[in-house]
Amino acid sequence: MNVSPDFAASPSDADTLERLRLRLGQAADAEGLLDVAYTTVDSPVGALLLAATPKGLVRVAFDVEDHDRVLETLSKRISPRVLRAPKRLDAAARELDEYFAGQRQAFDLPLDLSLSRGFRQLVQRHLPDIGYGQTRTYGQVAALVGNPKAVRAVGTACATNPLPLVVPCHRVLRSDGTPGGYAGGPEAKLTLLNLEAA
Amino acid sequence: MQPFEKVVEQHGGTVLRVCRVLLRRHDAEDAWSETFLAALRAYPDLPETANVEAWLVTIAHRKAIDVLRARKRQPTPVEEVPEAPTALGLPGAADGDLWQAVRALPEKQRQAVAYHYVAGLPYAEIAEILGVTTDAARRAAADGIRNLRKSYPGAIREGAPS
Repeated sequence: MNVSPDFAASPSDADTLERLRLRLGQAADAEGLLDVAYTTVDSPVGALLLAATPKGLVRVAFDVEDHDRVLETLSKRISPRVLRAPKRLDAAARELDEYFAGQRQAFDLPLDLSLSRGFRQLVQRHLPDIGYGQTRTYGQVAALVGNPKAVRAVGTACATNPLPLVVPCHRVLRSDGTPGGYAGGPEAKLTLLNLEAA
Repeated sequence: MQPFEKVVEQHGGTVLRVCRVLLRRHDAEDAWSETFLAALRAYPDLPETANVEAWLVTIAHRKAIDVLRARKRQPTPVEEVPEAPTALGLPGAADGDLWQAVRALPEKQRQAVAYHYVAGLPYAEIAEILGVTTDAARRAAADGIRNLRKSYPGAIREGAPS
């Protein structure tokens, strides 16, 4: 015969845990243990995952990229000390809101570009030179970074941009004027181009 | 290695219930916070093969002892106001009474009950946490349950997992 006390979770446990988890994020940040803070926000192009290191915004990910997989990658490539801690992302979330409301044309956020290296990072550093509402072809961007033959490599750099929206890879199109690929899907790219054309 | 947030998601509830068996409500929440902060600090060095729940309960065990020691050093003049017994038959409403009954157990019994019945750890793991033999850990849990049956008969149901 087995006997045990009934240690069922009480209904208030969920609220308590939510409060404790937010408190943990803040304590971890204060102790310098919050290597990656993240949150998710809603947007006209679907739920966005925003992640930041102490250095700055390190990743913006679309829903179609699978946020759980993105977090696993961040855990592997940056640090497993990953916590949901919305506070560090407040400024990024606010600027994205303003952008989608048509009230912001450029982002003013500290960025951590450590997820990309070499030529890809070089391209990503130059993408914000393409102003709001403007577009360039992959070839033009290749010329811009001083390597006019590296059209395909520019395509790869755009496709692997860890900070879409904020680093505006959506402003780079194919030379025939069609949008080309996008991490958030072709519809998301069109939504952004239309938003900026308005 | 999975993101630490997943560890909190998967084990946060169990660790909270363990802390509540060991400590009063506010102390339990402090011990929970201390446990996960310490775990976060050590997490990158945790071997991939480690039993994460046993690891967390081991940390919670130490943090609870720290809290209890601190309490003994600075005795509080006012005890926590006891919760009024409820007349309503709401599910979970009796939890507070059960926690109180378990917290009234002698320390080793309380710990063994918490780690086996709340955290679901095998006695071999509990023996390591408590620094006793596996048999002693099993006996402490059995004694705890026997005492609990006397002090709080409503809390015991039969046929639950051993």
